[in-house]
Amino acid sequence: MSNAVATSPALLKITDLKTWFPIRRGVFSRTVAHVRAVDGVSLEIREGETLGLVGESGCGKTTLARSILGLDPIQSGSIAFEGQALHTMRSEDLRRMRRDLQVIFQDPFSSLNPRMTVIDIITEALIVHGLIGNADRETAAIELLNDVGLGHDSLHRYPHEFSGGQRQRIGVARAIALKPKLILCDEAVSALDVSVQAQVVNLLMDLREKYNLAYLFISHDLSVVRHVCDRIAVMYLGELVEIGPAEAIISAPRHPYTRALVSAIPQVGVEGKGRIVLTGDVPSPASPPPGCRFHTRCAHALDACRQSEQALKDVARAHQVACMRVDEL
Amino acid sequence: MDTLLEIEDLTVRFDTDEGTLTAVEGVSLSIGKGETLGLVGESGCGKSVTAMSILRLIPSPPGRIESGRIHFHDRDMLTIPDQDLREIRGKSISIIFQEPMTALSPLKRVGHQLIEAIQLHEDVPKSDAARRAVEWLGKVGIPDPAQRMQSYPFQLSGGMRQRVMIAMALMLEPELIIADEPTTALDVTVQAQVLELIKAMKRDETSLLLITHDMGVIWEMCERVTVMYASQVVETAALRDLFARPRHPYTEALIRSIPKLTGARGELETIDGQVPSPLAYPGGCRFRDRCCKAFERCELEMPPLYEADRVAARCFLSDPNQSVPPI
Repeated sequence: MSNAVATSPALLKITDLKTWFPIRRGVFSRTVAHVRAVDGVSLEIREGETLGLVGESGCGKTTLARSILGLDPIQSGSIAFEGQALHTMRSEDLRRMRRDLQVIFQDPFSSLNPRMTVIDIITEALIVHGLIGNADRETAAIELLNDVGLGHDSLHRYPHEFSGGQRQRIGVARAIALKPKLILCDEAVSALDVSVQAQVVNLLMDLREKYNLAYLFISHDLSVVRHVCDRIAVMYLGELVEIGPAEAIISAPRHPYTRALVSAIPQVGVEGKGRIVLTGDVPSPASPPPGCRFHTRCAHALDACRQSEQALKDVARAHQVACMRVDEL
Repeated sequence: MDTLLEIEDLTVRFDTDEGTLTAVEGVSLSIGKGETLGLVGESGCGKSVTAMSILRLIPSPPGRIESGRIHFHDRDMLTIPDQDLREIRGKSISIIFQEPMTALSPLKRVGHQLIEAIQLHEDVPKSDAARRAVEWLGKVGIPDPAQRMQSYPFQLSGGMRQRVMIAMALMLEPELIIADEPTTALDVTVQAQVLELIKAMKRDETSLLLITHDMGVIWEMCERVTVMYASQVVETAALRDLFARPRHPYTEALIRSIPKLTGARGELETIDGQVPSPLAYPGGCRFRDRCCKAFERCELEMPPLYEADRVAARCFLSDPNQSVPPI
C-alpha cells in the first residue's frame, strides 16, 4: 500500500457496529433472542483504498455491507461516511451521499432488471439524480460501456442476451455511473468461471486507477482477495479476528482462524500435508460461545480463552489480531 | 492398470426452444481400477452431463444420448436393461452430488434414507442395516450418530449433509464413485474436511471420478485429469504432467488465470473472449478465437484428439505431422 493511501482521511468509518436480528416466538411475537450477525465491528476505509472482507458463510460479512447501505437497521454503533454519521443524516443528505456509495452484487442474473434495456439500467441513476437530461443519455451510456469493455451495440439489448461475465460488466457500469467514491463488491466475481473472473477482477482494478475508487471487497475467496486488496479483514461469527496488510494476512497470518482459513485453500503445486483441518461447525450466531468465539474449534484454546472476550490488539504496523495467545503461537 | 470404466465417443444433445444444444460431443475417457480421475472445465462445458450419462440420468426428453458406448466391466451401460441398471446404481456406482439438500429427501429422516439404500441392495434385516448406517455416520465424522439418524436433512448443516451423502455413497462399497462438485457449495474449511474424508474413506480398489472447476481440488485429489472445453475433451494427462507441461493452449491459459496465494499480485492473466454457444458451435477448433497460438488450419478443420500412452490433446500442435511451425 502506498503512503499516500495510508495518510488519506477515512472515507468510511465504522465504529463498534452491531446489527442484530430479533428471533420472535409465541402469540405475541415476543423477542426471545437475537441473531448477532454483526457484533461489534470497527473498521476504516480510506480514499482510494481496497479493503477485503473475508470469512465463511454466515460470518456476517454481507450483513455488514447491507448495514452500510442502510438495508438492515443497526442495533448500535455508528457508520460514518466522510465524517457524517449515516443514521442521523437528513434524507436529502443521504440522497447526495448515495451518489458516492454504490454496490455490485454477486448474482448478475438477479441483480439486473430483466425488463430494462442496458441503456436504461446504466443511466437510470444519472437521470434520477438529475445529472444528465434525456438527450445526453446515449452519450453517457456509450462512455460507461466503453469503460467496462462492452461495445455500444449493447445499448438497446436486454440482460438475458448477455453471458454472466458481460452481465457483471453491466453491473459494474451501473455502479460507476455516478462516479462514486466507494463501491461495495459483495462476492462480485464469485459466481463467474475462473477465466471470466480474471477479466472482471482486472476491470475492477483498472477502474480503481482511473477513478480513484475505494472498494470494500467482500469475498470468501482469499486468492482473489489477495490479488485485489491493500488490506484484508477476517470475520468470524460477527466479529473481526484479524485485520492487516493483504500480503501479511495471506503469507503470515497470526490468528489461528486466519491460519486455518488460508491453509484450507487447495492450491496447485502445494501439498495439503501441513493443512490445519478445523473440527466441528461454526456455532450459531444466535448463541455465540462465551469468551473468544473461535475457542470451540481452536487447537490452541486454553481455559482463559473460554472466559475472556478478545479485542483486536496491534501485532505489527497496521496489523491487528484478536487472540490472547498471539505472542506465543 | 485394469480399466474399470471406459467412455467412447459419447455425444449427448438436448432439444430446446432455441434449437438443438450440443452438451457433449465425441467424449472419450477411461478410469482405471482404484484410480482417481479429475474432470475439469468451466460451467456448461459438458462435464456433468458426461457423468450423468454413465448412470443414464439424462432426462429424456429433452436430452438424448445420440451415440457412444459406456463400458463398465464388460457391459454397455447405455444398452443394459433397466433392472440391471438399478442394481448397479447405488451399489456398484454411487454419486455424490453438489447440493446435498436436493439429493436427500427433505421428508424422510436421515436414518430412514440410509437404511432404505442398504436394504434396496442387500437382503439384511432392518436392525443390521440400521447398525451399519450408524456405524457409517460415525465413520464420516458425524457426532452422536445414533441421534442424527433421527434428524431430517434440514436440521443438519451443509457440511453435515454432505457427510451424510458421502456415507450413503460409500457404505455399499461401490467400485466407482462419481463426485460432481462435491465441495463447491461448502466453505473452504469445511471443504478441507470433506476432501480429507473422501481421501480417507476411499478404499484402494475404489475408483473415483471427481468433477470440479477448481484446479486446486484437482491437484490435491487426482492422479489423472481430463479437461473439457465446449462439449469436447481437449486434453487428458497425468496430474503433474498436465500442470508442468499442458499440451492444449486452453489448459495452459486456464492454469495461468487461477488467482494464486503466492507470487506477484495485481493483474491476473485472462482468456479473452467467450466460450462459443453450444447451440451453434463454429467449424474448426472451438478454442481458436481465444487462442494465442491459432493458425490457419485451426479455422479449417476440427482437430482430432491426438492420443498416445493415455495422454491426449485436441490440438494441431500435438499432431506429429504438423510440420509448419505456427506463428
